[in-house]
Amino acid sequence: MKRNSLKPKGGLYYYMQSTSGIVGALLLLFMVIVSICAVFGWLPHDPLEQNVEFAMQGPSTTFWFGTDEFGRDIFSRSLDGMRRSLTVSISAVSIAGTLGVTLGILSGYLGRWFDQLIVRLSDVIFAFPAILLALAIVSALGNSWYQTSLAIAVVYTPIFIRVARGPVLTVKEMDYVKVTRILGFSSLRILRKHILPNVTAPIVVQVALSLSWAILTESGLSFLGLGTQPPNASLGLMVSEAQPIAAFAWWALFFPSAFITIVVVGLNLVGDGLRDALDPARRSS
Amino acid sequence: MSFGKRTSRILFSTPVLRIGSILTTLFGISVFVFLVLRVIPGDSIAGAFGIETGVLTPEQIAQLRVYYGIDKSLPMQYLSWMQSFLSGNMGYSYSTGISVASLTVKSLPVTIELALIGTILGVVMGIAVGTFSARKPGSVRDFAGQLFGLMALAVPGFVLSTTIVAITANKFHYFPNGYEFMRLWEDPWMNLQQMMFPGLVLGIAVAAPVMRTTRSALLETVDKDFIRTAIGKGVSPRKVQTRHILRNSLIPIVTMTGIQFGYLLGGAVIVENIFSLPGMGRQVLYAITKREYATVQSSVMVFAILFITINVITDLIYRKIDPRIKK
Repeated sequence: MKRNSLKPKGGLYYYMQSTSGIVGALLLLFMVIVSICAVFGWLPHDPLEQNVEFAMQGPSTTFWFGTDEFGRDIFSRSLDGMRRSLTVSISAVSIAGTLGVTLGILSGYLGRWFDQLIVRLSDVIFAFPAILLALAIVSALGNSWYQTSLAIAVVYTPIFIRVARGPVLTVKEMDYVKVTRILGFSSLRILRKHILPNVTAPIVVQVALSLSWAILTESGLSFLGLGTQPPNASLGLMVSEAQPIAAFAWWALFFPSAFITIVVVGLNLVGDGLRDALDPARRSS
Repeated sequence: MSFGKRTSRILFSTPVLRIGSILTTLFGISVFVFLVLRVIPGDSIAGAFGIETGVLTPEQIAQLRVYYGIDKSLPMQYLSWMQSFLSGNMGYSYSTGISVASLTVKSLPVTIELALIGTILGVVMGIAVGTFSARKPGSVRDFAGQLFGLMALAVPGFVLSTTIVAITANKFHYFPNGYEFMRLWEDPWMNLQQMMFPGLVLGIAVAAPVMRTTRSALLETVDKDFIRTAIGKGVSPRKVQTRHILRNSLIPIVTMTGIQFGYLLGGAVIVENIFSLPGMGRQVLYAITKREYATVQSSVMVFAILFITINVITDLIYRKIDPRIKK
């Protein structure tokens, strides 16, 4: 990143000032480490291995989070499920963010019919409840992990369009941008050097929030049976599978639910922290 | 412009432009729904016959393509769908043999009732906790309020519902949703019991953002000069709180509630399935699992129309609250 000599302290300094930002970052870091363990297969048990003789056991030293009705280890399954949730959400938000920001900036900068078209298209997508639209697209596309992320990406693209377009509309009317145009700089240079830096702050915050929504949408889809398919582990699916046994085996419901809640809380707190750190008006000191 | 002055004033007046933009959005929605649900899966035949599709002869397939209307070009298919949709024919559900229109007439009121109960509970909880938090920013009770907001945001509705079912049904043997669903006019007491838990789950989801918005709107209004003036001229603290602070903070709260209504309709898909309420959400999910694209297509369209209607209503309420928005 380019350093601004007028700014005495970097963004990280301001981020560390916010308690919620630090707590959020720690929670998120924990979940990322957990997912990395699952990526490399560093799990105490095979998440798919059934062991009927150990079915529905409470948390113990062998099975940290207990076992489900097929005797599968809930700890290993939760870790693997978290990895899957994060994979789907990160890919979905990457697609939505890249596409949405590009379209939003172009739409705000070019204006006229292109802007009209993009705004109308986002209005169309905004007219559907997120999970319903994701559900409909998944039902049409299929439910492997990349199709799920594609469906979630479609749902969240308009939010990025809106977030990126707003500041562009304000900034492009500012005198310094008009001057650069009179000086004959190319549109590409104006976009990259003068407009993009002004939209990064709201977009970075939006990425954190969208990730949390994407995780909730993904787990919702899996819960309804349209995301990750059994026997694979996914947090939403685990909650769904825990439904009939939850009254006798609280751990089967509690741990996957706690994982979803922790990662969503973490992402929201990180979003709050980023908002405080990146918005000069909110800086307390 | 070639219009006369009077004509153009009417043509470009706000209500006309607004209706125009709603109609364009609805057109866009219908094309989008059509493209996503009809083109990509392609084959209603495979949907209707499942694995038996393989045994059909080419002639039979050709006949079925004519029967389902998928032998025509895409624009023609779209037009014939729109034509029948607008005349109230939303297609038939293959597995039940009932028309989608009559299914929708039955399930739409359930979803609307659920959404209203959820919104009312959510707004009451949200404003209460928000005011509770904003009274003393940075205090323990503010922290407690904010924690409630965060948890309400982060605990998914299906987790909350599953927990409620596990506790009430198995520990207290109380599960009104285990009985046959009763409509409000058939058995109001049973109906409200069946709506209570799903309404509460949706209400908590709505309460989180309403609470956050209330808190920040109140904190912003408290600092305004006219509040200091009101206190200075001796208006009672209670009246300052309600007439001056709360009333002036209502606009962001109403906007947030309107936005949340859409989220709530989505939440209804999940909650209706857990609590076996025969609403639109269950209709859509059932149709998706049975691969009945006609039902999915029309139901999703109904959801979007409902959502747009809510936006328009929010907009109207908004103008009512704030006389300054009048153009």
